[in-house]
Parts: sequence; structure tokens; C-alpha cells
Amino acid sequence: MTASADSAASRSKSILPGILVGGAAVVSLILFAVAPDWARQWPAEQIVPLRDWVTRFFQWLANEASFGLFTVKDLTRLVSDILSGPLTITDGLLHKGFSQFGLAALPWITVVLIMGIVGYAIGGGRLGIATTLGFAYLAVFGMWPDAMKTFSLVLVTVPIAALIGLMLGILATRNQLAERVLSALFDVMQATPHLAYLGPIAIFFGFGAVPRLIATAIFAVPPMARCTILGLRTVAPEIIESGLMSGCTPRQLLWRVQLPAAQRTLLVGLNQVIMQTLAMVVIASLIGASGLGHRLLFSLQQLQMGKAIEYGVAIVVIAILLDRISQALIARNPARAPTEAEKAALLRTSVILGILLASSILVAWLVPAFRLLPKDMTFTTAPYWDQSIRWLSRTLFVYLEFFRDDVTTYILVPIRNLFLSLPWLPTCLLVATAGLLIGGWRLAVTAFLLLGFIAAIGFWVPAMMTLYLTSMAVIICVLLGLPIGICAAHRPRFTRFALALCDTLQTFPSFIYLIPVIMLFRVGDLASIIAIIAYAMVPIIRYTHLGLMRVPANTLEAGIACGCTGRQMLLKVELPQAVPEILLGLTQTITMALFMTSITALIGSRDLGQEILKALPAVDTGRGLLAGLSIAAIGITATRLIETWAVRRKRELGLA
Amino acid sequence: MSKPNKISCRNLWKVYGKDAQSFMAVHSNAPSLEDFRREQYVGAVRNVSFEVTTGEILVVMGLSGSGKSTLLRCLARLIDATSGAVCFDGQDITKATPEELIELRRHKMGMVFQNFGLLPHKTVLQNICFPLDVQGISRTRREERGMELAQLVGLAGKENFYPRELSGGQQQRVGIARSLAVEPDVWFLDEPFSALDPLIRRDMQDEFLRLQRALNKTIVFVTHDFEEAVRVADRIAIMKDGALVQLGRPEELVWCPADPYVAEFTRNAPRGKIISVGQIMVPTSAAASEISIRIDQKLDDVAPLVLGSDRSVKVIDHDDRVVGQVERDRLIAVMFSDGARQ
Repeated sequence: MTASADSAASRSKSILPGILVGGAAVVSLILFAVAPDWARQWPAEQIVPLRDWVTRFFQWLANEASFGLFTVKDLTRLVSDILSGPLTITDGLLHKGFSQFGLAALPWITVVLIMGIVGYAIGGGRLGIATTLGFAYLAVFGMWPDAMKTFSLVLVTVPIAALIGLMLGILATRNQLAERVLSALFDVMQATPHLAYLGPIAIFFGFGAVPRLIATAIFAVPPMARCTILGLRTVAPEIIESGLMSGCTPRQLLWRVQLPAAQRTLLVGLNQVIMQTLAMVVIASLIGASGLGHRLLFSLQQLQMGKAIEYGVAIVVIAILLDRISQALIARNPARAPTEAEKAALLRTSVILGILLASSILVAWLVPAFRLLPKDMTFTTAPYWDQSIRWLSRTLFVYLEFFRDDVTTYILVPIRNLFLSLPWLPTCLLVATAGLLIGGWRLAVTAFLLLGFIAAIGFWVPAMMTLYLTSMAVIICVLLGLPIGICAAHRPRFTRFALALCDTLQTFPSFIYLIPVIMLFRVGDLASIIAIIAYAMVPIIRYTHLGLMRVPANTLEAGIACGCTGRQMLLKVELPQAVPEILLGLTQTITMALFMTSITALIGSRDLGQEILKALPAVDTGRGLLAGLSIAAIGITATRLIETWAVRRKRELGLA
Repeated sequence: MSKPNKISCRNLWKVYGKDAQSFMAVHSNAPSLEDFRREQYVGAVRNVSFEVTTGEILVVMGLSGSGKSTLLRCLARLIDATSGAVCFDGQDITKATPEELIELRRHKMGMVFQNFGLLPHKTVLQNICFPLDVQGISRTRREERGMELAQLVGLAGKENFYPRELSGGQQQRVGIARSLAVEPDVWFLDEPFSALDPLIRRDMQDEFLRLQRALNKTIVFVTHDFEEAVRVADRIAIMKDGALVQLGRPEELVWCPADPYVAEFTRNAPRGKIISVGQIMVPTSAAASEISIRIDQKLDDVAPLVLGSDRSVKVIDHDDRVVGQVERDRLIAVMFSDGARQ
């Protein structure tokens, strides 16, 4: 009796979603067909003038608001002054010199030596040689002053962002309310593309090096804070207890036990700070023109591909070197502390190196070429690049053009038109229904409100443009990334290659991907989509690999013992269990794709990113910020839906 | 010869669940197992009381989840007990202020952990000295003491290594040395040897006993291994579902277990090493054997004599008076069969 009731219940349970999905599809089709005008396009006169309010609010905040004793303006000026202090020092050391003391900047030869020594000290001989050559490259190819401007910004931003992230992370582990507020804030911050930060910062801090620094730091803080929280949470309880039993005060426990024990995770956070900083360096040059980022941006927009490639390579060189240095820091694992004799030897070496550095300054003083290479002594490869690109254009572009035009006309344009014609209300309802099925009422309402918000503030059409570019890219990412991930999981020899490729791709700042794409396809939807794919593909490969590797060995053996063929193993045993993990990778791919989509605005796509860009010079803070938040809304809706399902599925499979 | 109580633990409860205090209050500080089940609270430690005298080794035993580690953490106040009192030399530490607690830990308590709890970023010597370091003792003085301790636990020459370079046994030696750095009166050991290989475990137990003979600390030692308990314990406390089932000398537990749970624990115990002659002798003042054994000798030690003799063997006490006799069959029955304790 109960058994039959149970099976009836489970049958009805399994039918129910089917009915709901079918019903929703029918209803939404009808809605799509018969929706009245106001449900297709949010009526222009009904658009909430939120943009203007936000713009006016920011203007008021930046210019008039006062806390009684001091105004916001005083506050921002104070912050500017504080931050420009260290920046003056690094700028002076690396490229400006200190004119008030009659001192010149450090000669390039000295900086190259210092970096080589740092690389050697942290990562050994190979890294030492790599850093020396890498920085020498910057000098020899005539990019020294620009590179040092960028490097100086990185040197100041990284410690500031890391420190703020560390403090926020510590705060979050101590105070539940702080943790909830911060984690919600970080979610939104990390879903909002880099570009959107620039507007509000420009209005408070103007244009220049300090606002660049702030924009970069803001973007780099959340990963550090997250790593700090994770690191502190995962310190073994026995280590904390042993600290307590040793008689630590709470402060001693934090600084002498918990943080050092979490060292490795904190260093991972530092690595992410460095990577985010370099990614932001280019984008931030929109509000403070100087350094490699600015040069790259400028050459890209002028379609000077040869120069763009050189500057791009320079940024990648710095990114890779700093990444390797911080990775080496994470991997450092000495067996024992140095003995007294070794310490003495170390001291002797440092003295010798100090003398070497001092004499390099002296040599540079005598031989000006070691101070800053004169133009005629530097190389540039730009003409060769330009030549080869011209050759490429002449020979290859004919075919590429056909390909591009055909794909655009017959595939992309129809799909784009479909997206652009999506009526807002039925679309929101459809997504909300998906939310209802996956996670219940709260998720449905959240999804509906987030998307409805975009329509209500009048960004529906550019948002659909963003959605179109992003979805096309994400679909192709999955189609390409899934097989690569599967291959990586099944063929050990391919694994190392694929993972190394992922590592390298991840160290490239997003901008870099625009260069080859423009070279091959000029500008247009296809170029944008390909750049987005190249940038956003890594997570889906990584998580597919990870998900498949995590399938328990005994499950695999059981599958083999049941007589599965290789194909059956993959489709019926491995993939079903790896799906939750793969979906988590998909959410990251979506977030990254949304970011890159907004960046493709720089090469002319007319999506939400374009709204942000247009808002910048006009100081229309509301427009830029709300466009950024709209992107965040799309991202958050998509990741919430997928994550909720993935987490539930994971629990059902007992993998959580 | 009653020694003063060093630790005394009275009616200790540790309840997990929402607002455990009021749950206790509702059930007038004595909720039954039924109450716990019905209201979905977990009684990790339920109404435990015992005393440990100065210089005694009390072993707390139980299966995993029986609450033995929680009990130990309540004693060290790494976990706050829900109700009850824990006194050290008469001072109730459940009421100690944070400052007093830090003082106590800096001078009176040492603790050894199952997975060592070593600080990965510090060398062996720095780990050992860490309790002195946080007190602000000068580097030369604390390192002098640290070298002494490294010597004591047999780690001389390893001072500059990081913990991850050491074997499990060596890591636990670091843990032991660190817990002794402040010369504590009270020594807590939480399954100190459970993470080690059986062979190393025996070595470490010997080492522990050697140290204890020299140091004479008051010890609470948690383990799930009855054999280990028997080797090191003066008295053993057996816990089940958070409650104390039986507390007594190993011999008492083996000879008259309080319930089937304890009996199950002691079933495979090496009886010959635990039970003494006094337990199985027949009292008489007129035994005729030439061979005599002492009343407090363990059965293993006297077995060759008793088994080799064709008559019963006489038992003498400390003053060489004859107090009883032991028969061969009786000895065989006790040592080799299960149901012989009557």
C-alpha cells in the first residue's frame, strides 16, 4: 500500500516538472506571439529616470555632500594625497627621477639586474634568467619609459589592494554581519565589468594616475578578501587549538598562528591581485592616459597592429613574469631553516650584489646608453608585423572575408535580429519560470526583478545585444571546451599541454585577445565573438577536466565491470557525475564572456559596454554605472540559475 | 595515602543545539537521552564527574563519537561547557576570564594533539619554543630551553627542520616537547599516538612512560585503544554517548565490567598482564606449597610457576604472610577463557 503510494508519488514528482516545462513553453510561445506593445518594448515615457537620478546623486556627492566636519571632496582629496605619496616614490625611482633633489631615475640596467636577482632569489636560476631577459626586452625594444610607468602603478597597487583585501577578509571571519554584507558586495563587484568602475571613480578623483590606481585596486580587492576568508577558514582546528593552548592572546593567534598557517592560500590571493592588476592596467588607462595600456589602446583604435602587438607582448611579458614570481613564492618549500654558516654566506652574497647594483648605477652614469637606451639603439618589430599583416591581408583576407561575411550574413545577423526582437515581459517570465523549476519562488522572483530592472531603466535593447554576443560565444566555448576537457581527462600526455595552455591563456590580460582577432577579421560581430571565446574558454576546459577526474575510481571500475564500452563509460558513467562541476565552470565562462563582451565595445560592438564607454567622457555616471549593473544583473541571473541546479545535483549525487 | 585532587570535574555537560542553555534549564539540568532525541539536541558530554589526583594518569576511553575529545576540550576550555564545573587546584576554569585563561595556559597546562597541530611555517625549534615566544621570553633563554627539550624527546640535530620534513613519530615528539615547554602541572594528551604506525606507537608509549617517570605530571590521556590505555593508565574512564560508564583501575574494568559495553571493550584485553594474583586466589592462611607468589604480581608473571607446579601455589602479601593459594585450573580458566570471572 505504502509502496504503491510512494511509487505513485515519485512518478507524479517526475512528471510534474515535465508538465510545468511544457506548460511554460506553450504559454510563453503564446505570450511571445500575442504580447501587446508595452510588453515587448518598455514604453519610452515609462522608463524610470534612474540614470539621471544616479548621475545627479553622484554629482551632488562629489561636489557638495558634506559630513559636517569635512566634505566628500575633502575626503577624496585626502585619499588622493595619501595615494600619490607612494606613487611619487615608485614613479621617481623607475622613470621620472626626483627633480627637486636633482636625482635621475634608476638606469634600466640596474632595474633589470634587480628584477633578475628577485627572480633568482624566489624561483632559482631559470626564473632569474627569465626575469632578466624579460625586463631587458622592455629596454631593448624601446618601451622602457612606458613599461616603467605601468610597472610603477603595479608596484603600488598590488600591496595596497592586497592589504585592504586581507583586512576585509579578516573582518569577515570575525563578524557575521560584515561577512554577509561583504560577500553580497563582492558578488556584485565581481559580476560588474571593469569598465563600469571607471565612471564613478572619475567623478570623485578626476583623471590621472591616482584614479587609475583606485580603479585597479578596487577590482583586485575581492579575490584577495575571498582567499583570506578561505585561508583562515581552512586552517586545521588543531593548529588553532595548539595556538590557544600555547597561551596566545587573540591578536597573537591571528598574526602568529592563523595567518602564517594560511600562508599558501594568501599567496594564491596575492597572485590573483597581481593578475587582476595587470588586467586592469589597460582598461584603467581610459581614465588616466599613460603607460603601456594607453599605448596599446591607442594603437588598437588606430589599427596600428604592429605597434599594438609590441605593446601587447610587453604587457604579457610583465604579466607572465610577475605570475611566475608569485607562483614560485607559493611553491617555495625549504626543508629546513638556514644554518648560521648559510646565513653568513647569504649576507656575503647580498653585499656583493649590492656592490654590483651600485656599480651598475655608476656605469650608467658614465655610459648614458645604460641609463636609457637612445632611440637609434632600440629595435622595433612593428614594421615587420605591419608588413606581414599586410601580406596576410592581401593573401588571406580574401578568404577570411568570405568566411566572415557569410557567417555574419547567414548566421549571426538572423540570430542577432532574433535576440533584438525578444519582448521583455515574456522573456523575463520565461526565465522566472526556469528559476521556479530550479530553485523555487525566491529564485524566480530574483531572476524576474533583475531582468525587469534592465528593461525598466531602458537598457533592454543593448542588453539583448550583450546577451546575443555572450550567448553565441558561450555556446561555442562549450562546444569546443567540452571535448578539449574530456581529452585532457582521458589522455595524460595531452593533460599537461592543455593545462599549461590554460595557465598561459589566463595570464593574458583580456585586451590582448583583441589584437589577433582584429588582425584577421577586422572589426564586427565575428571578431568580437572570437575574442570573447578566446578569453572565456579556459574555465570550461578546466572544470570539465576537474569534474571527470573527480569521478570516484570505484564507480569507474563498476562501469568497466558492467561491460561498458568507452563511449558508454563517457556518456553513462563519467559525464553524468561530472555535470555539476562542468556547470560551475560554465558559470565562470559566462561571467568572463560578459566581461569580454563589454570590452569588445572598444572595437565597436553596440552592447551595454558601449553605453559605459559613451558615458565616460560625458561624465554621465548614471548611464555608465547602470549599464555596468545591467551586465552584472544578466551575469548574476545566469550564474544563480546554473549554480542552484549544479549544487542541488551535486548533493543528489553525493559529491558535495 | 590519599593524594590531593589536581583536577576535579563536576556534573559537566556539553550540549550542542540551538540555545542549549535553555534546553538544559527546561529539563532542570538533567535531560534524559529521550529528551535529547525528541528535541534534536546532541549531548556530547552528559553529566560527567571525576577527580584526578596529582601525578596520576587518567585515561579517557571510548569509541569515536563517545565524547572523549569533547570532554578533554572542556577540561582545557577549548570548548565552553554548557554547565558544570572544572577545577584546577580549586580554581573553577569554566568561570575564568579570558586573561586568567591565557595565564593558566601559559603556566599550568600543556596539550598534545592527535594530528600534532604543529605550525607549518616554524622550524622544530621555533615550534617547541612557541609557548615561550608568545609570553615574550627572550630568544636566547627560550632557545636554550627549546634545545633542552629537543634533547629530552630525542630530536637533537633536527632543530632547524620544518615539521613537514619529519616522520609522524618525530612530529609528535615536537608536539610533546612543545607541550612541555612551559613546565605545566597538567598534561592533556588527545589520542597522541593514534595517527602513528603500530610499531612507532609502542615506542612512543614507552617514551611517554619514561618521560612521565621523570616529570610526574598530572595527566588526562584520551585514546580509543584499550591496549594503550592499559599500558599507560593508573585509572581508566570509559565513555559512551557522552556519559561516563565506568571509572576504575584497569583490573577492575576487566574483572567486573559495569555493563556489556565495557565488557566488549575489555574482552580482548591481555588479561594476564592486567589481573593480579589477589583477584583469583582462594583466601587461606594455611597453604602448603614451597613455591610462593606475591599478591600483587600479574598473572603473566606467575604463570610459569603456577603452571609448572602440580599443586596449588601459596600467595603471600607484602609482609611475607601467607594469605591464600592459587590453583592451576583456576589460573588457566581466568587467563584463557571468557566466562571465568565469577
